[in-house]
Amino acid sequence: MKALRVDRSTGRFMLARLVSGIDTGTAAKIGPLTLTNCEPPELVNNEWQRVHPLLTGICGSDLATVEGHASTYFEHWVSFPFVPGHEIVGTLDSGERVVIEPVLGHAARGAELPFPDAAPGDGDDYAHLAMPPLEPGIQIGFCNSTGGGWATELIAHASQIHTIASDMPDERAVLVGPVAGGIHAALLAISHASTTETPLFAVLGAGTMGLSAIAALRKYSPQATIIVGARYPAQMRLAKTFGATSVVKPDELMRAVRHAAGCHVVGDYLSSGAHVTIDAVGNSDSIALSLRMTRPRGRIVLMGMPSEVTTDLTGLWHRETQLMGAYTYGTETLPNGTKQRTFLMAIELANEIRAEQMLSATYPLSEYQQALRHASEAGARGAIKVAFDMRQEKLR
Amino acid sequence: MPRPGFVLDVDRSTPPILFWRGENYSLEKLPADRSRVIYAPEPEAPIDDIDAAIRHALLNPIEMDPLPTLLFPGMKLTIAFDDISLPLPKMTRPDIRQRVIESVLDLAAEAGVDDVHIIAALALHRRMTEDELRHMLGDRVYDAFAPRGMLYQHDAEDQDNLALLGETPHGEEVEINKRAAESDLLVYVNINLVAMDGGWKSTATGLSSYRSLRHHHNTHTMENSRSFMDQHKSELHKSNWRMGEIMKKHGPKIFQIETTVNNDTFPSAFDFLGKREWEWNARDRAKFVASSAALNRTPARMRRNIFQSIEAPHQMTSIQAGEVEAVHKVTTANVYRQQLVEVQGQTDILTMGIPFICPYNVNSIMNPILVMCTGLGYFFNLYRNKPLVREGGVIIMTHPTTNEFHPVHHPSYIDFFEQVLTETTVPSELEARFEKKFAEDEWYKHLYRTGNAYHGVHPFYMWYWGSHALQHCGKVIIVGGDAPTIRRLGFTPASTFNDALEIASDVVGRSPTITHFHTPPIMIADVK
Repeated sequence: MKALRVDRSTGRFMLARLVSGIDTGTAAKIGPLTLTNCEPPELVNNEWQRVHPLLTGICGSDLATVEGHASTYFEHWVSFPFVPGHEIVGTLDSGERVVIEPVLGHAARGAELPFPDAAPGDGDDYAHLAMPPLEPGIQIGFCNSTGGGWATELIAHASQIHTIASDMPDERAVLVGPVAGGIHAALLAISHASTTETPLFAVLGAGTMGLSAIAALRKYSPQATIIVGARYPAQMRLAKTFGATSVVKPDELMRAVRHAAGCHVVGDYLSSGAHVTIDAVGNSDSIALSLRMTRPRGRIVLMGMPSEVTTDLTGLWHRETQLMGAYTYGTETLPNGTKQRTFLMAIELANEIRAEQMLSATYPLSEYQQALRHASEAGARGAIKVAFDMRQEKLR
Repeated sequence: MPRPGFVLDVDRSTPPILFWRGENYSLEKLPADRSRVIYAPEPEAPIDDIDAAIRHALLNPIEMDPLPTLLFPGMKLTIAFDDISLPLPKMTRPDIRQRVIESVLDLAAEAGVDDVHIIAALALHRRMTEDELRHMLGDRVYDAFAPRGMLYQHDAEDQDNLALLGETPHGEEVEINKRAAESDLLVYVNINLVAMDGGWKSTATGLSSYRSLRHHHNTHTMENSRSFMDQHKSELHKSNWRMGEIMKKHGPKIFQIETTVNNDTFPSAFDFLGKREWEWNARDRAKFVASSAALNRTPARMRRNIFQSIEAPHQMTSIQAGEVEAVHKVTTANVYRQQLVEVQGQTDILTMGIPFICPYNVNSIMNPILVMCTGLGYFFNLYRNKPLVREGGVIIMTHPTTNEFHPVHHPSYIDFFEQVLTETTVPSELEARFEKKFAEDEWYKHLYRTGNAYHGVHPFYMWYWGSHALQHCGKVIIVGGDAPTIRRLGFTPASTFNDALEIASDVVGRSPTITHFHTPPIMIADVK
């Protein structure tokens, strides 16, 4: 099969990291990623199926890996070499079109479920992620045993496979994964503001994940005030389309939140602020800003994948702010108390918002350097999501 | 004898005309045979003995008893005065207000009045600094009253110190400063820079609250005032006069002192800016070339300091005191005498250079909202009978229009620019959707009451001020400004004056008539 593969090569990771600040295309060229023809992964047992990707998105975590910025935290949770790509719409051997829920959960590993009908992302013990029968890997796209979406073939467990309707275009379906992430973050926000009828949410960053969170906040908290800090015009436009009350430049976000909260400013902090801030950027500056504009005893949902950050946490201590990660999806508890699988909710929401609006460009695997450069510069180039398109690949 | 205002028809021999560009200026060649330039009348001669004129006005008021007869021991006397928003630029010391207030205080002292409060009639404007108050009132008045808490600035958000006097038949609530309302005599000291100032606007606006102001500072009033400078056609004027009726019935006795100044706007280093270009001598041309070249190389902050330090040589041309309406009739006639210029017919394109100053950026920054207000709110409305530009015509302004705000003076303006103008630029829509939230914002109130910030609602008023022009014009173009900022305002950017004319041709055709409104100095076009 044709695949883009990441090999464990410290030198190439370092080189990629070195040049990524200058040019992502070159980082892709000299980094740990290579375009190769290799054997497809073996099916583990009869609960597994072959998936032939049609479109696979390029996610921020993929870029961090290719550019050598991923945290050493992941060293023990991934297995080399691996094929990246976890935002996948593809076909099974039967021709059935599916989207893949990438987390390699208990069911995929043959482990006992944490509770009946648990989704792959559920549970409070991650031991199974590093245990046989699969090589370590938190999800498809980081596991040697399964392959990933930046290829013409991979394998997925039955618990990860969701059939989609025939009228759902590929371009929409490839966004189901990010939309699920947005729903998960939004519900973490909404649950923390459940005691107020008019919650105030701030969203910092309006890339694919931030936009998905905005759409989900609007759907599940229709009366909320949602203030968004977005850097680029295309992001600002879609943020409004997806339900933001107000969209401003990131350096104006704190002022906008202050105005919406009707509070004062004390030093660098708002006296009150947003009930919850969703940080869809995930660096030192964004976390510091989130701390300054989230009200005391509020919550910051950290949606963007951070690495090592340096932030003064005195405000967090004094204001008793919750700092909560939002990695993925599983089983959600809705505001009305019912439980649902995030991925199924995401299919519904992706249809409602016509999520394909976020897909800006597609590239064949052979043009991966241009694709990664485009994805890395997405905002500045007026793009949101860039994906690989395998629909014309000969090895299909 | 000063020469009256003048309308110059541009021909091939007409030299390039001066256009203000904020804290700089340029010369622009206007198309011959279809352009004209409106020049203000020359400055009237000031009163020779100003102190004698003041005393005469106080002792010989119009339709009221002389001031000394209204003063008695044990009385509550309040003196209110116009704030820093006029005159423009600030005048050289001593300011008229200082001279008048010192005279009133002398008479009060002679009458044995010792309960005297002096209040700056701020309305929703920013509080002034000590230096600004000292410049305006003089050290003697400041040192005698401020330390004892008897010289202070009206606080329109101090609910304990506001008094509701009643409602007009139109449902307009009249709420003013409580001390002023409960005084035995309220003396108001005004500088009437333009025809809109003075009269009942002094007290009904200057000493009032948002609760009162919202009845006339709104889009309906602004869109139906044709123009603010023509009292008979100004809804703003009518509303203030209705409120005046309530003041007469339920308010304090008012002794109104109104003054006018001539339009001698620029000190000698910049006097060429007030001259007609074909009359420039070699020295004027040298001043222009040297100063504009130097300003081009000067950092923005320094340029601003240079211009904000200008003190105008304008001086008092009249003073009248007594009953509010009777006084204001005389004042208005005096303003018109200095400022009216007769102009025949309207124009397709109205051009105006936006200078460094307007009423709301004294010692501050001319932010984009104020650029809009100065051009479309003030300059456009400096007319009688009908606007200078025809309905559907084009306004071309020249100004750098940078995305720059004074964070202390204009905090709510920043949010207005970022959060309101990104949603809509339609005055009635932003009024309905956003005004209340800004007006009632506790942080803005706090900054207005304790800092030097304009009230939270003030940027809305600035935008409403231009609503008649927005309704009237087909396009607004700003030359030489920051393009994204201009687009945020809803206007069209142009890099040069000729580009602007080219853009305007889409609306008014290839051979439009052009009129340049050569202000400052301030004038009013009487359009026939």
